[in-house]
Amino acid sequence: MIFYPLGKYILLLKAVFRRPEKWDIYRREIFREMVSIGVGSVWIISIISVFLGMVTTVQTAYQLVSDLIPKSIIGSIVRDSTILELSPTISAIVLAGKVGSSVASQIGTMRVTEQIDALEIMGINSPGYLILPKIVAAVITIPMLVTLSIGLSILGGYLSGTLSGAVTANDFIMGLTEGFRGFTVTVSMVKAIIFAFIITSVSAYQGFYTSGGALEVGVSSTRGVVISCIMILFADYMVAQLLL
Amino acid sequence: MIEIKDIHKTFGDNYVLKGISSEFREGMNNLIIGGSGSGKTTLLKCMVGLHEPDGGSVIYDGRDFTKMTFEERIDIRKEIGMLFQSSALFDSMTVEENIMFPLNMFTTQSRKEKLERVNFCLQRVNLEGKNKLFPAELSGGMKKRVGIARAISMQPKYLFVDEPNSGLDPKTSIVIDELINEITEEYKITTVVVTHDMNSVMGIGDNIIFLFDGRKEWEGSNKEIAKTDNKELNDFVFASKFTQAAKEKL
Repeated sequence: MIFYPLGKYILLLKAVFRRPEKWDIYRREIFREMVSIGVGSVWIISIISVFLGMVTTVQTAYQLVSDLIPKSIIGSIVRDSTILELSPTISAIVLAGKVGSSVASQIGTMRVTEQIDALEIMGINSPGYLILPKIVAAVITIPMLVTLSIGLSILGGYLSGTLSGAVTANDFIMGLTEGFRGFTVTVSMVKAIIFAFIITSVSAYQGFYTSGGALEVGVSSTRGVVISCIMILFADYMVAQLLL
Repeated sequence: MIEIKDIHKTFGDNYVLKGISSEFREGMNNLIIGGSGSGKTTLLKCMVGLHEPDGGSVIYDGRDFTKMTFEERIDIRKEIGMLFQSSALFDSMTVEENIMFPLNMFTTQSRKEKLERVNFCLQRVNLEGKNKLFPAELSGGMKKRVGIARAISMQPKYLFVDEPNSGLDPKTSIVIDELINEITEEYKITTVVVTHDMNSVMGIGDNIIFLFDGRKEWEGSNKEIAKTDNKELNDFVFASKFTQAAKEKL
């Protein structure tokens, strides 16, 4: 049951990475997609990241009832949970909804309106032309978005902690800097790159094999988001298990 | 010239094409006609490689297209222009970008040269000055004409047209038919048109193939069609009282 779609997905990826007809055109498409995926998602990622940091601080402070535990630990917990898990994973799930659905519906609409057939008739490798720029753009911009998300989450945590009185500014900053391991950022970036690939390739696969009409485009889009989310969480576990 | 030999195609249990052979000659409008579900669009898609036939071959001027790899087919595809039923213009591009797209992909021409070619193609389909419009801003007939302009931008040797008159009023349909006819004669293109529009059949059908139940039932010209005693063809072409009356007057 799973082998047929998996085989089709692998064959599609093989076609995606075939040598481009003209690098210039692909490069232009990559920049266009970087604007669409990266710049177009800055606002939503910024909003969710600030709230992520705020809620992490509030809930961590709520659970630290013992006076034996220093308050600075709140900063450390916010830092590590943000870098390792919350920023890459929650951002990826939000981007699966925003970018993934857009990729699946865009390619799916092109399929049902014969635009993909038109590309193939011209002798253009349609998977390469339509999907490769999206994957490359996502793999470049999503780690940037995750980096932004980490910064804003920590800022949100700092603001909520200090404004609510749950932790002092000094304690929070001390917690942030104490025992910091740079490897956590590496793990976060590895996750971001893998998630970016999953979001674009899985959604593009769903869109590319759409058949029917508008209803099926909607189904492909939904399926792209759902499968991407499951794959993101599976990959999240695998990366954590392998790297940590 | 395009030759098709013993083309077979099935989709699951559905046997759509049951061994079709024919020749499509250069400088002629070759029409494939037949009722809905008779296999005409499937045959067209097998000819251009959008479907892989289960058996048989498609030969473009001696080159067996069905035996070629994706890379080997690219050279032939560059010689093919196609107008789709839905026009299939790229929504995100303007008219100018749509027509320039194959030139950008496959030529090393300067932007000025490409723009000259785009303007020539637009002028050829009577759409001068519409360069900056998007497909959403065009009427159905205009979309078809832009589709034709895009199809001829690479100066194709073979032109495939799928249901050029669907969704168009009779007057616009005639304009599109005449345009296809003019382009075919002017550039000596091998044109293959899938249609069930009787005006097209009688107007531009130099060579007509009638498909019935996945088989080639009849082949001839528009002059011969009125005289045929083939029952299936007569039932299809002269289905209405109006066409029956017209036939009696012939």
